[in-house]
Amino acid sequence: MSDVVLETRGLVKHFKTRAGAVRAVDGVDLQLRRGETLGVVGESGCGKSTLAKLLVGLEKPSGGEIRVRGDNMARLRGSSLRRARRNIQMVMQDPYTSLNPRMTVGDIIGEPYDIHPDAVPQHGKQRAVQELLDLVGLNPDHINRYPHQFSGGQRQRIGIARALALRPEIIVCDEPVSALDVSIQAQVINLLEGLQRRLGLSYVFIAHDLSVVRHISDRVAVMYLGKIVEYGNQVAIYDQPTHPYTQALLSAVPVPDPRLRGRRDHIMLSGDVPSPADPPSGCRFRTRCWKAQPGCAEHEPLLQIRERSPHPSACHFAEIRDVMRRF
Amino acid sequence: MTDITAQMDAVPGIDPRAPLLDVRDLRVEFRTREGVARAVNGVTLRLHPGETLAVLGESGCGKSVTAQAIMGILDTPPAHVTGGQVLYRGVDLLRLPENDRRKVRANRIAMIFQDALSALNPVYTVGFQLGELFRVHRGMSRGDAKRRAVELLDQVRIPDAKRRVNDYPHEFSGGMRQRVMIAMALALDPEVLIADEPTTALDVTVQAQIMGLLAELQRERNMGLMLITHDMGVVADVADRIAVMYAGQVVEEAPVYDIYARPAHAYTKALLESIPRLDLKGRQLNVIRGLPPALTDIPRGCAFHPRCAYAREICGIEPPPAYQIAPQRIASCHFVREVLGV
Ligand SMILES: Nc1ncnc2c1ncn2[C@@H]1O[C@H](COP(=O)(O)OP(=O)(O)OP(=O)(O)O)[C@@H](O)[C@H]1O
Ligand SMILES: Nc1ncnc2c1ncn2[C@@H]1O[C@H](COP(=O)(O)OP(=O)(O)O)[C@@H](O)[C@H]1O
Ligand code: SF4
Ligand code: SF4
Ligand SMILES: [Mg+2]
Ligand SMILES: [Mg+2]
Repeated sequence: MSDVVLETRGLVKHFKTRAGAVRAVDGVDLQLRRGETLGVVGESGCGKSTLAKLLVGLEKPSGGEIRVRGDNMARLRGSSLRRARRNIQMVMQDPYTSLNPRMTVGDIIGEPYDIHPDAVPQHGKQRAVQELLDLVGLNPDHINRYPHQFSGGQRQRIGIARALALRPEIIVCDEPVSALDVSIQAQVINLLEGLQRRLGLSYVFIAHDLSVVRHISDRVAVMYLGKIVEYGNQVAIYDQPTHPYTQALLSAVPVPDPRLRGRRDHIMLSGDVPSPADPPSGCRFRTRCWKAQPGCAEHEPLLQIRERSPHPSACHFAEIRDVMRRF
Repeated sequence: MTDITAQMDAVPGIDPRAPLLDVRDLRVEFRTREGVARAVNGVTLRLHPGETLAVLGESGCGKSVTAQAIMGILDTPPAHVTGGQVLYRGVDLLRLPENDRRKVRANRIAMIFQDALSALNPVYTVGFQLGELFRVHRGMSRGDAKRRAVELLDQVRIPDAKRRVNDYPHEFSGGMRQRVMIAMALALDPEVLIADEPTTALDVTVQAQIMGLLAELQRERNMGLMLITHDMGVVADVADRIAVMYAGQVVEEAPVYDIYARPAHAYTKALLESIPRLDLKGRQLNVIRGLPPALTDIPRGCAFHPRCAYAREICGIEPPPAYQIAPQRIASCHFVREVLGV
């Protein structure tokens, strides 16, 4: 497909630790199309941030490949590698720690130009940075201020401006609004949506908040212990989920409407997520799955379309359950 | 075994018919080098047995400081309680001698925190920490205390409690640790439980387990639960009444159904319209402009006025009075009628 801007095939990242290999990302296939937002959801430790770092080249894959506009990143060298890297940028999880406190906002946003001097626009770095500040809704006159002089939401805007400096087509956002207050979240979400429309950006939007992801995403990948367990468009995942984990996750999200009390499907999961250093055999979700059968410990379910799942689902017994239904 | 009521009687003035917890016009400020931060500015709240009162607000609006003032665990300096009353069964805890207050705190009012790890002692097993409570406050023997500890861990659904009672806090997962802290808080059968963001650090599936557990224990024991949170979803699921805080004040108080159906304060309304919802797709999010104020420099008049879409001149001059708009509903907004749409 020609409109695929980013693709991973069997992407793997194992961290070697004293406790053995942590299988943080363990065989991920994703496709991001031009102008769309792909949401990635999952609980803490399931590998979301590691996936983000792999995509932008901050971590080196242990296996599999990443293709940017069809080019395998591992095969690219020299200027073509630099150009491909430039095309995919990242906005970090924590606006409080991800910006260097000793650099001015101008230096932070302009830093990518120091690394890629050929990307500095004709009219110079200073003007470019001021335009970026304006673009993300900050005052261009504040170019010489330091990060601590900005609020959390404003710092997240600085992070977004920096990611935009090299005019990438793809931005990987790792929990861009999780650390923000409720009244500030909407400001940043609306900014990201507006920029996408204006600049034709494609987003990988990582978050643990399923409500935020539903709001912003066209398609959604649900991760559990380093693997994608279900993958589909926003309607498929939220209204017709077929994987027991997705169903449990959705049913656990509180909805701000007290009239739904006792009228929603509640699937209680027992226990916690197992350690990725020692994932369960077969299906990784089986230790918490209420549908698990003996065979689930032996045969690993592949992420694929199934008889009762019109979109890819990694469960032997995948079947639609509309957990959002009110009864 | 010591009789609980005997201990209660030891605190003079306790009236079993008086409201369980009645906080009146509470005021707390922090005196720091940057100035005086007015963290709590006249908070009034009431909690009844068996009831869940949610205290809802964004970070920094004074929720935790309110809770800590009720518990009497603020450090002075920098914190100074400059006014108000915290009445437990008619007795003002703020004016109680330290000794008596400690008795009430240990036995009648308990609190759990967002961060369980910092609330538990890392060098003792959870069994020892739980047992200590029974030995000190109930005069139990070592063996009895240990047995009670296991029972309690069992009640908060820690699998294999008999074995886990000998584990240290760091050997538990986040959700399990939260359960241990709940067990500690409930050990002495408190009448009031204050839960300060008990699930904010947890994943949603674990959050659902913990909230379910809290609701169940509360029902069994007919406790008053004060649930402090910023999450409007969690509140909708469990609260009976809600108090919405902004800049150290309760700006709206109402039964849970009313507040979601028809908020009466412009801040509550704006907040509800600004959150993405799992059950609604494609809705344009309303943006609340600007930021919450610095508590060293709270705007005159209504503290929300620089950000409010309903604000008019008077909002920057006169603090809005607390209007009683229905039997259980209070909103401090000059334009309650416009916000309600009547
Ligand atoms: N450098 C590293 N060395 C060893 N293990 C690591 C390293 N980085 C991540 N991990 C482990 O890999 C797993 C996935 O981590 P990751 O940060 O990707 O999770 P996440 O989904 O982003 O979680 P969160 O929602 O908490 O941000 C975790 O078990 C984590 O402890
Ligand atoms: N120890 C302290 N010293 C100075 N200021 C404090 C201290 N603790 C809290 N504050 C301030 O009091 C205000 C309210 O804090 P808090 O009650 O913790 O808010 P929240 O509603 O997020 O729980 C904040 O502005 C905070 O910075
Ligand atoms: S494969 Fe088995 S254990 Fe895994 S999700 Fe499906 S039913 Fe549950
Ligand atoms: S008093 Fe005025 S500024 Fe305050 S919430 Fe009401 S309308 Fe808005
Ligand atoms: Mg992460
Ligand atoms: Mg707090």
